[in-house]
Amino acid sequence: MTIYLPVAEVSVNAFLLLGLGGIVGILSGMFGVGGGFLLTPLLFFIGIPPAVAVGTQANQIVASSFSGVLAHFKRKTVDLKMGWVLLAGGLVGAAIGVKIFEMLTEIGQVDLMVQLCYVLFLGVIGALMFVESLNALLRSKRKDYVPRKRPEKGWVHTWPLKMKFRTSGLYISAIPVVLVGAFVGVLSAVMGVGGGFIMVPAMIYLLHMPTKVVVGTSLFQIIFVAAFTTIMHATTNYTVDAVLAVLLLIGGVIGAQIGSAIAVRLKAEQLRILLAGMVLIVCFKIALDLLLTPSELYSIASEIPH
Amino acid sequence: MTRLAALLILLVLPSVAGAERVVLGLSQDEVAITATFDGSSILIFGAVQRDAPPPSDQPLDVVIAVEGPKETVTVRKKARRFGIWVNSGAVEIDVAPSFYAVATTRPLDTALSQTEDLRYRISLDRAIQAIGAAEEASDAPSYLEALKRLRIADGRYMIREGAVALDEETLFRTSIRMPANLTVGNYTARIFLTRSGRVVDEYQTVISVHKVGLERWVFSLAQEQPLIYGGLSLIIAIAAGWAASAAFAMLRR
Repeated sequence: MTIYLPVAEVSVNAFLLLGLGGIVGILSGMFGVGGGFLLTPLLFFIGIPPAVAVGTQANQIVASSFSGVLAHFKRKTVDLKMGWVLLAGGLVGAAIGVKIFEMLTEIGQVDLMVQLCYVLFLGVIGALMFVESLNALLRSKRKDYVPRKRPEKGWVHTWPLKMKFRTSGLYISAIPVVLVGAFVGVLSAVMGVGGGFIMVPAMIYLLHMPTKVVVGTSLFQIIFVAAFTTIMHATTNYTVDAVLAVLLLIGGVIGAQIGSAIAVRLKAEQLRILLAGMVLIVCFKIALDLLLTPSELYSIASEIPH
Repeated sequence: MTRLAALLILLVLPSVAGAERVVLGLSQDEVAITATFDGSSILIFGAVQRDAPPPSDQPLDVVIAVEGPKETVTVRKKARRFGIWVNSGAVEIDVAPSFYAVATTRPLDTALSQTEDLRYRISLDRAIQAIGAAEEASDAPSYLEALKRLRIADGRYMIREGAVALDEETLFRTSIRMPANLTVGNYTARIFLTRSGRVVDEYQTVISVHKVGLERWVFSLAQEQPLIYGGLSLIIAIAAGWAASAAFAMLRR
């Protein structure tokens, strides 16, 4: 069944969109990532104009993240206080990121910068997580293994402005939390994604939050970042396609529920190794696109003169 | 002076003779884009009206050109820089139709002379205007070729020589396939009658392509009330997220 998308101005198979939304929703619920880094390239691939794909996926991420975070709220695995502090940093970062994006557009080659950002961040984060979680998984398999406690006092624990984050069981300075939020905000504005795939590892490795709390808290923060992005795209570029968004989010919200149910059955290490593997696959695909000779050297961008 | 006179006679001749005129029919003069729109075929048919018997020595040709709203197009070309493929060159083409179809009874260069093509801008090369493109890149023609090749591939441009059926030099018909990714606006359909490559009559009509129903409502809201539209999109997203969560909670009980 094909359906015509009013803003994208193309007709696509409705079931294909439902399926894509579903797959990304499952990942969203499992890992606490918005899935934008996966969905956006997939939408390009099926012929949605890039600007509409970026604008619309932000809206779909709001839906799947909201569905996911409700499931996490029931399990009390959302650190609200941490979420708000991260968000405060995130909005500042996003505003800076929009400025950087404008500058890149003026220089030209913004597409290239976005792709290079993807390769760099996905590659580094994916590789680090993969190695770490693989080690953790191997260690936990040994019978004589006694879980080593994470160092209670890392470098971030000596900073001032300490706050109690009860759900995460942390008593740390608010400064690194805001910085992490701001850094992710910059990247998400430049790369056009929610930023969960950067936020999740940052929470685990920099802030030492428990993995189970990380997913819900990340989703909570992503809802607001993605909502902000949706409004920005709708008002400045007119590139949010409501019909496309509805089809994606019907699949997405159902997928998110399934994903969060899967997440509670998996060990934290398994969860991290799967996310790392997925991040690396996407990184590899984008790197290949940059390195291999494209089958079509030319591309067309058109506008109706006013 | 004699050349000017000859030219004047040439120009006036068809209308004086009034020999042959197009009487046109269209299967539809509007294309409504609905939610399930998946392209459309338009049947263009008509008859040739004449006062006197047709000249027997020169066969009649029918050339039909359908043109979509004009756009400004930027064609970019990738090249390898430091090992990776990046957009390295760009050529802006001032006027390129968003859709262009030419259908003829015989090959275009037989049915239409070069001069008449220049005058009426009928062939695809004439419909695309790339003034100043040569200054933007030394290999500007390759960008133009790429534009034509890519758009022929996705069904936006088509050259269908011999696709117009002509019976008894009087009745003609052809069908033009319009793809799903149509640009909305007014499309012009031009029908030319030619003899020995010279245009003896021209007829022009408009086919309106527009969105209807829900498609129209969503599109105009997005354009005219973007803040409300963005807000509505968010409300739908939040509601859908909540509904799925509630539904799964009920299922588990």
